[in-house]
Amino acid sequence: MGKLDGKVALITGGARGQGRSHALTLAREGADIVVCDIAAQIPPVPFPMGTEEQLQETARLVEDLDRRCLAMKADVRDVAQLRGVVERALSEFGHIDILLANAGIGSYSPVVDMTDEQWDDVIDTNLKGVFNAMRAVLPHMIERRYGRIVATASMAGRVGMPNLGHYVASKWGVIGLVKTVALEVAQYGITVNAVCPTSVNTDMIHNEATYKLFRPDLEHPTREDVMATFMSLNVQPVPWVEPEDISRAILFLVSDEARYITGTALSVAAGMNARNAA
Amino acid sequence: MGRLDGKVAVITGGARGQGRSHAVTLAREGADIVVCDICAPLKYPHYPPATEEDLNETVRLVEDLDRQCIAAKADVRDLRQMEAVAERAMSEFGRIDILLANAGIHSVARNSWEMPEDQWQEMIDVNLTGVWKTCRAVIPHMIHGGRGGAIVITSSINGLKGSPSWSHYVAAKHGVVGLMRSLAIELAPHNIRVNTIHPTGVNTPMASGAPEVLQQVDSWWPNYVSSYLSNLLDVPWVEPVDISNAILWLVSDEARYVTGTTLVVDAGLMVK
Repeated sequence: MGKLDGKVALITGGARGQGRSHALTLAREGADIVVCDIAAQIPPVPFPMGTEEQLQETARLVEDLDRRCLAMKADVRDVAQLRGVVERALSEFGHIDILLANAGIGSYSPVVDMTDEQWDDVIDTNLKGVFNAMRAVLPHMIERRYGRIVATASMAGRVGMPNLGHYVASKWGVIGLVKTVALEVAQYGITVNAVCPTSVNTDMIHNEATYKLFRPDLEHPTREDVMATFMSLNVQPVPWVEPEDISRAILFLVSDEARYITGTALSVAAGMNARNAA
Repeated sequence: MGRLDGKVAVITGGARGQGRSHAVTLAREGADIVVCDICAPLKYPHYPPATEEDLNETVRLVEDLDRQCIAAKADVRDLRQMEAVAERAMSEFGRIDILLANAGIHSVARNSWEMPEDQWQEMIDVNLTGVWKTCRAVIPHMIHGGRGGAIVITSSINGLKGSPSWSHYVAAKHGVVGLMRSLAIELAPHNIRVNTIHPTGVNTPMASGAPEVLQQVDSWWPNYVSSYLSNLLDVPWVEPVDISNAILWLVSDEARYVTGTTLVVDAGLMVK
């Protein structure tokens, strides 16, 4: 018997990385999964984003666990697309119990040189995308008087980080949004929380643009070249955590074990958070 | 198979309430338990103290789960007594993997500037210095074991926000957050994680057992307590098991990269 038997979870940004890991972790506990992803490239993002093949692979992996999975292409920047996802999920599964607003992107630039396009793409995806996902699913959760929402923020939502002004602003914004929505929907039996990961072992950090940011002194830095810099961000002696570590924190937050936890931001950050106030 | 098979947990303040619930929750996941409690009255708390019978009942409940349980009468204000608890845990079980610094008291005074000096001192001695002495006694054994480990210190929503009539409690509960953050940095090389947990009011003799005291505070601070007592979620308090479940997650391998953090279990109170 799983902790989420009979539940349905909607996960944005689920083609790969953390989103895929969340899908599998929740499916393993008995949940059916609805997963969406833009499955396309947003031009200023300096690393390859999820693809349709990867989205289908997530669905296949969930089905291997004998759970149902509905996979759809959708852009979180467009609330109409997310409303379409919710409508289709409801017609197939009848209900949605859990929303993981996970989709996120990043790019690198000092604020002084940042373009409108860079700023808008990150804010629209990472912050407005969470707002859109909540708006799409909340009417249904309110009607059913039940819901578990977890938005993926970041340690970048608790401190400042050079070259990530848009990303940092979006993630601080997500925490403010989470706290506000927690207030608004507590009366309907819905909890709303954020998770704040440190660097996670996914394609978002393992790419040339990120490596070059960490080692500007090298022309073609490798994973080994950047490990020490990544490690210096954390307190525990690890360069990054695994997607599964974030999934396990989310599983706790959406399970009945955390029924009285709402409006909080949970750091899964190898101790980076021990150094700062938030 | 439990999530804590083969582990040993030391829990202070375990005669009843949250401490007992933690002991039972961890035992159910396979841990053997070392539990201590002062089992004696202090000067200022406004609720009856735990008794030796309470402590023995915790032992019985753990043993009913087929786990071993050592119980000791010990005062967290006395480093020698805490060292004796740690040494007994080592001699009987050979290891300590988990420490829950849970022992704590509560008392009220109309305001901070008229609070008796010994009331302030009693609170700081138990709720702040007692946590440090517990850590001081147990951590060397955890480090020496070389297997890593997890420490959870019980703070409070009052470790993150202020309240009238118990500034000594607020100061102690904020203080353990600072201790936790520094310990998290110091112990990371030893793979020992350190976190605090921040409950709202819990259904125990301390919090829900003395409504007349809260009414008294309400009369002193009429604009405050009604907001303090209303959680965001529609429950007057949470149950000990809700705190135990969060602690179980924090000490399990599922949270292997969670350290230095403050986890609230507050029915949404902090977000208001």
